[in-house]
Amino acid sequence: MNARTAPPRIWNKRAQRRASRLERAATRLGTRLTGKLVDADAIVALLEEAIEAGDRVCIEGNNQKQADFLARALIDVDRARVHDLHIVQSVLALPEHLDVFERGIASRLDFSFSGPQAARLAKLAGNGQIAIGAIHTYLELFGRYFIDLTPDVALVAAQAADRDGNLYTGPNTEDTPVIAEATAFKSGLVIAQVNELVDVLPRIDIPSDWVDFVVQSPTPHNIEPLFTRDPAMISEIQVLMAMMAIKGIYAEYGVNRLNHGIGFDTAAIELLLPTYAEALGLRGKICRYWALNPHPTLIPAIEGGFVESVHSFGSELGMEDYIRARPDIFFTGPDGSMRSNRAFCQMAGHYACDMFIGSTLQIDLGGNSSTATLGRIAGFGGAPNMGSDARGRRHATQAWLTAGTEAHRGNGAAPRGRKLVVQMVETFREHMEPAFVERLDAWDLAESARMALPPIMIYGDDVTHILTEEGIANLLLCRDAAEREQAIRGVAGYTAVGLKRDRGAVAKLRERGVIRRAEDLGIDKREATRDLLAARSIKDLVRASGGLYQPPKRFRNW
Amino acid sequence: MMERLQFRFDGGHRAAVSNACIVGVVASGNLEILIEPAPQTDACAIEISTAANGFGDVWQAVMADFFERHRLGGIRISINDAGATPAIVSLRLDQAIEAFTRSAPT
Repeated sequence: MNARTAPPRIWNKRAQRRASRLERAATRLGTRLTGKLVDADAIVALLEEAIEAGDRVCIEGNNQKQADFLARALIDVDRARVHDLHIVQSVLALPEHLDVFERGIASRLDFSFSGPQAARLAKLAGNGQIAIGAIHTYLELFGRYFIDLTPDVALVAAQAADRDGNLYTGPNTEDTPVIAEATAFKSGLVIAQVNELVDVLPRIDIPSDWVDFVVQSPTPHNIEPLFTRDPAMISEIQVLMAMMAIKGIYAEYGVNRLNHGIGFDTAAIELLLPTYAEALGLRGKICRYWALNPHPTLIPAIEGGFVESVHSFGSELGMEDYIRARPDIFFTGPDGSMRSNRAFCQMAGHYACDMFIGSTLQIDLGGNSSTATLGRIAGFGGAPNMGSDARGRRHATQAWLTAGTEAHRGNGAAPRGRKLVVQMVETFREHMEPAFVERLDAWDLAESARMALPPIMIYGDDVTHILTEEGIANLLLCRDAAEREQAIRGVAGYTAVGLKRDRGAVAKLRERGVIRRAEDLGIDKREATRDLLAARSIKDLVRASGGLYQPPKRFRNW
Repeated sequence: MMERLQFRFDGGHRAAVSNACIVGVVASGNLEILIEPAPQTDACAIEISTAANGFGDVWQAVMADFFERHRLGGIRISINDAGATPAIVSLRLDQAIEAFTRSAPT
């Protein structure tokens, strides 16, 4: 009797599929394809041949730059041919990023951040038009591009291409290298929209071997100035909190390598470095190395000699000429323009920084924080990665060892260091919404959206300090959950959570230095005025940059 | 709809005779505070007109802590609030007291 033999496995299916897609595209486009260059009016046809039903497609929805021309083309494909796509994408920023689901072209989504589309995403997920696989932090999603979420087709955006298909991504390189590499090296197709076609690129950021098609979009791709904060909006309370951060944490631990989460609170710290921190003799002792987008509010600190180096996730509109003039500070190519890289900057922020400090919307009694609210699925972005202890880290710095000693006082475990993770928040937000709550809205969102876990952005057991206008709570010095709860209530001000504090317990925590108020830090609150800011307006920032910073129109209020 | 609240604290020491002063502005998220001497009484009398309704408990706690910090009597404080957070309220009250006591003739 003959045993049934299985048919031999084909080992290059992906390469075969790739070859047939390229062939179909060439046939369909005809003279509208020259080498790798595609006529703009053939873009929908290209996508219909390059993408197959059920494909995993990555659209470059980055934090700042968007492959908007390709996103608009994707929603126009014939959905009888192209449907049930699995979208893997860093950021859902444009309406088209959700139109693709509403039109039945895509059905499944894995992503990191969706701030601009949070409400619509919640609605579409709620009525079953989008199946969300998971919400990730950026580096986690990028990691999965090399494991189980490798894109079949990537739609990316670049500043320029040459005739061979080499790409220049320039200051806003962002996610492009990691997306292109994962896709290209698993026989996927990389399609790039570019602002211009040139004979010679300033430099090559993505080699043509990794790129299959290039199309010049009719208008340049959109880039949002997400990291610009007008100093005119910074309040005295934020100045006070910034003073406490600098004196009570940065100076105390000797924080030289850090990341600031975006916000007016951290912008206030940046603007106090050349004034308040300078007066405290801290130049050269704190804030020398940064994982940070090129915040305009960092200009005075750079000019004031605090900053030695900045690596960035993306660029910031208006900062290009300033960056060109400061090549010792920023990561710039031989052509003089910056190269950002979100994957590498996230990696640096995780392992090579001693502190993350950022703001949030809600904090509970365990120190867990979240920006999730009912009716909005906003995701996480980079915060879970930046705002977590790096347990794989092995190299020591003063800040890391000091925090580690505080965390592991005699608990019997093997000694280790600890990354400082600071949540900085005013006790009340706008409209008297309390920042401190007994139960995060994230739990309600998890129930209504049927998530496996509540979308907690930063876990309480990663948080080392909570800083409010009422003072600093050092969670590392809390010996148990009860002390942690009172430490948090003790800086929660007049919120319901704060008013329920055990006054005796809080007083004892203050005696031990677990809670420190401004007075305990030797800070006179009367000094907390806007006069302490190195720049009080966008115009001041322009002046500080020697005229090199060119604020986008919406920030020009003079 | 403006909500009106009144508080009174006894046991403070009488302020030296001073001029009335105003700090702050009535702008969204901010407040205006007028402190006047009230020599006919030893109490600290506070009257609040606020655009943010339903926060009586919070005002009570903020005013009690404020009184504890300075323990000043013989004064009348009028507050016109446009939704300032307790942090701003406490800050402006301290600024107002400082301006008020500074204006006392030596």
